[in-house]
Amino acid sequence: MNKLSVSLSEIYALENLARRKLWINELHPLPKLIVTITYIAALTGVAKYDVGGVLVMGVYLAIAFGLSDLSLAKALRRMRLVLPLVCCLGLANPLLDGNRIMLGAFSFSAGWLSLLTLACKGVFAVLASYQLIATTPIDKICAALRAVRVPQILVVQILLTYRYVVLLLKQANNISQAYSLRAPRQKGLHFKVWGSLLGQLLLRSFDRADALYGSMLLRGFRGEYYYAASAAKPRLREVAYLVAMAALILILRCLPAIKAVGASLTGGLP
Amino acid sequence: MNETCIELKNVSFAYDNNTILQNISLRIDKGEAVGLVGANGVGKSTLLNLLVGLRGGFGGSATVAGLPLTDANLPDIRAKAGYVLQDSDSQLFMSTVFEDIAFAPRNYGLPATEVEQRVTQALELVGIPQLRDKQIFKMSGGEKKLVAIATVLAMRPEIILMDEPSIALDPRNRKNLIRLLNSFPQLKIIASHDLDLILDTCPRTVLLHQRRIVYDGPTAAILANQELLQAYGLELPLSLQRQK
Repeated sequence: MNKLSVSLSEIYALENLARRKLWINELHPLPKLIVTITYIAALTGVAKYDVGGVLVMGVYLAIAFGLSDLSLAKALRRMRLVLPLVCCLGLANPLLDGNRIMLGAFSFSAGWLSLLTLACKGVFAVLASYQLIATTPIDKICAALRAVRVPQILVVQILLTYRYVVLLLKQANNISQAYSLRAPRQKGLHFKVWGSLLGQLLLRSFDRADALYGSMLLRGFRGEYYYAASAAKPRLREVAYLVAMAALILILRCLPAIKAVGASLTGGLP
Repeated sequence: MNETCIELKNVSFAYDNNTILQNISLRIDKGEAVGLVGANGVGKSTLLNLLVGLRGGFGGSATVAGLPLTDANLPDIRAKAGYVLQDSDSQLFMSTVFEDIAFAPRNYGLPATEVEQRVTQALELVGIPQLRDKQIFKMSGGEKKLVAIATVLAMRPEIILMDEPSIALDPRNRKNLIRLLNSFPQLKIIASHDLDLILDTCPRTVLLHQRRIVYDGPTAAILANQELLQAYGLELPLSLQRQK
């Protein structure tokens, strides 16, 4: 299988995960979205040197992944392209941060701590988003976004981008397969055909995207998506889920005893 | 007197200075079933695209579902005319069969119970109720074609336009499609190279050749005329070839 097929199958695998018949998958998307946003907001609020505070927030992920029957290893593998980027966000901190921290006889820049905190925050936020998309199909997430008054144009943009990424990958995969079938002894694409294949890919993708948009217009599309989830309201158990998870996040974020546990994980550093 | 539902008067269409259709005049009454045949590239799909406004900027005048074919009328025309595209992958864009079929009814503001009912009915009509929750990407070409037809049926259109509806269907599903098409009381225009399908479903046939209509009349007469068909790049339907 080539890399494009792998990417496509990973997208399909995520869709499969989102459409499992687990209780958490069948919850209304709105509470799940609010919980994830709350978690990311709480995570963002952790002080920049509070490594312990950030690590403790990982407890939420452990619980959420457990409830969703998700594998952390697979999540890390699927997010392998994003994770290095988020880890690099604070790369300059050790150089730019003038504060010093003493660890026994050693003194080092506090920037290392803020780099670690930032990397953890990034990884945890990506994993929390992964947990959401692995338990909620994209169309339902978009319905939930509309329910919290995210502008229609933005939500439609998200949905169409998702659809068109799949489309682009499919087209690229078709081209690549057609090429490899007629150039069986070559590894990859010869550089001489890159230009024409890229042009073909763009033209085909535009064509297909145009046809899809036409098909949407023919079926009454006016810029707004409607789903079953748009009309339904969260039920009691879904409100209970929201309250329970929000309480957990609050406890992890605010309770001094939990913070102390977090601090002990990092050897009492600030 | 029959009620005219589609009327084209001297319709011409060019794309990049390349004339695709020239002086097409056509009148189709409510409830008629018309086959649109012709060799590759004669403009069958373009003509269907024009009727629902997917190709704009044509010359002449056109009326669809009693409404002049103008930009302002397109939403109303599209609500009345369902179009099954040639390529099902270009027609289906939601994640699951249910979501895709429900797309149009929801867009037309129908209540959830009505949406549910229409989806169920459309699936039963095309004989695929078991595919209701299946993900589109997991389906075969034939299944996608049936779902594409169901997406149109759920709209309960007055006019059904189909571009190569029998492509990718196995013999049994093709037979079901013919039965289904014959059961529709709506106006139907079916563009196809499957002349046997046209023979079985459309009493009237329009033959396109080099951008123009060269024949418009009873299907039985044209599809049995080997010389005429060969002159325009077609062959006798297989069922008639076997009889000879």
